[in-house]
This record gives sequence, C-alpha cells and structure tokens, in this order.
Amino acid sequence: MSEDHGHDHAEIGPEDEHPGLQWDVSLSERAKRSLAMHELLIEKGVVTNEEVETASNNLRRRTPADGAKVVAKAWVDPEFKQRLLDDARAAVYELGYSLAHDAELSVVENTEDVHHVVVCTLCSCYPSSLLGPPPDWYKSFAYRQRTVIEPRSVMREFGLELSQDIQVRVVDSSADQRYLVLPERPAGTDGLTEEQLADLVTRDSMIGVTNPLSPEGAPIS
Amino acid sequence: MNTKFSPGQVVRVRPDAHDGHHRTPWFIKGKMGRIHSVAGEFFNPESRAYGGDGLPKQPLYAVEFEQRDVWATEYRGPDSDTLVVDIYEHWLVKAN
Repeated sequence: MSEDHGHDHAEIGPEDEHPGLQWDVSLSERAKRSLAMHELLIEKGVVTNEEVETASNNLRRRTPADGAKVVAKAWVDPEFKQRLLDDARAAVYELGYSLAHDAELSVVENTEDVHHVVVCTLCSCYPSSLLGPPPDWYKSFAYRQRTVIEPRSVMREFGLELSQDIQVRVVDSSADQRYLVLPERPAGTDGLTEEQLADLVTRDSMIGVTNPLSPEGAPIS
Repeated sequence: MNTKFSPGQVVRVRPDAHDGHHRTPWFIKGKMGRIHSVAGEFFNPESRAYGGDGLPKQPLYAVEFEQRDVWATEYRGPDSDTLVVDIYEHWLVKAN
C-alpha cells in the first residue's frame, strides 16, 4: 500500500458532519467494482495512477470526427484510398494519426454490392485510435449477440434497410485487429469539399450500422 | 512471419472446448471457412491473460464463413451473406 493512500475509507461517509466530505454521487455496482480494481492495481504496484490517466486520456483524445477525416480523404483521393485499404496503419499515419502498438487496423470498404458491419462478440474491441471510446450500445450484450446472427434486423433498427442483392459481411473483431468501415460516398456530393464531405460521415456509418448522411443531412437508407 | 495458411485456403476451426481465456467465439468452433487475409502475428492471449509472455506469437487470420454454414436455417438473410472472424493459427486446421 502506498503512503499517499493510507487513509481509512470508513472515515469519509454519509454520517460525517462536514458537508464537503459527504458523498455527492452514488455509484452503480459496476462502477464500485471498477473503482475497487483500480485502487487494488495501484496498491499492488501493477500500474501507476499516471499510467491509468494517460491511457484514459489517450482513449478520449480521438472522436468520430477524426475517423470522418480519414474517410473523406479516401473519398476524394483514390490513391490514398488504395493505401488505406492496403495498409491502414501507414495511411492514417500520413494524416497524423498514430495507432496503438498492440492492435492492427483494417479498413473494409462498402460498395454497391457489399456492406460491412463491425461487432466484437467477445468484448468491445473498437478502433478507438480513430473514433474514441465506443458507444454504450456497441458494448451491450444485445448488439454483440444479435449482430452476428441477424445483422439485417439490427441495421433495420438503426434505420438501414438493405436490399437482398447486397452482400452483408459481418466482421467480428474479437482479437488483435480493429476494423473501420469505409462507407460508400453518397450520391450528389460531387461539388462538396473534403471538409463538407467529412460532415456527412457519422460514427455509426464507420461501424457500419448505418450509411453516411445525404448532402441534405438525412440518413441514407 | 511463417504462416501455415494462405488467403483462399479452406480451413476448419478446432471444435475444442477450452476452460480458460481464449478468443475463439463458440459459434464458429468446428465450422469451415476460407482464409481471407493474414493480419500479422500477435502475443497469444491465452497465455497473456494469466501473466504469461504470450510466446510464441501466433499468426492471426481473418477467416470468412458463410452465414448459412454457421447458423444453418437460423440465418434469415440471403445465401451470399458472410461472417468474418479473426482467429489465431493454433485454432485452425487444414480442411479437405
């Protein structure tokens, strides 16, 4: 146990008279468990608080707007697109994005014939290096169980009805490779700048549960 | 990197039960699929999960299965739909 964590937790509780020392949040069982593990790992010297902070900050440093920039670049630059499909790590590095060392990135392209949707059935593997933390529904048991067996129903619930002529390729990223979907560029966007195109690329379209927005800002179904 | 399989090859996922941490989903155990691509080689998560060194590293493959083969009649979509799962080499055996 480290010196700076030598206080007794029982001293601070709701029964304490001092208002500044009263609990002002109530934690769920999961949050309590997470906090307990966090404290235990630090007390046992497995990780330091700084390492946890750094990892947490790195995870939150990116947002779906970063992934959208990569997609928009691929839409306007066919050579970049090819490099992105061949070697995603090197291609996104060109745009200033450095991926975590421990996982590879693969970009899968949606076309008029094939539609990809990404799931991690075993946990919640997600291309956080480009999209930031995953949405809660991506981590839910329902999404993880249903997407591998009834992807079309799941996408329908997100508002995307796909023709039977389109092949649905579900990608289960349960190991060391993360997947980013490169959605198909919407029709009627020839006059748009790269920046305007990026605004049409939603987080959900890079997971594959939806298509990107139309130039009018409506979801394409 | 030495790989036992190459893209296009038909493989079967070992049907083995496994008591510890492993990253081969139950629904593709015993199923036949086709190697789509090689992702690289990675520390073995079955050893790393328990503080081991994860060596030797395992090649990781994206293996593509036909949904019809995985779920039989439970799958409601068209025959062309597929499922791609990343699987480590030691879980794959050569088929046919």
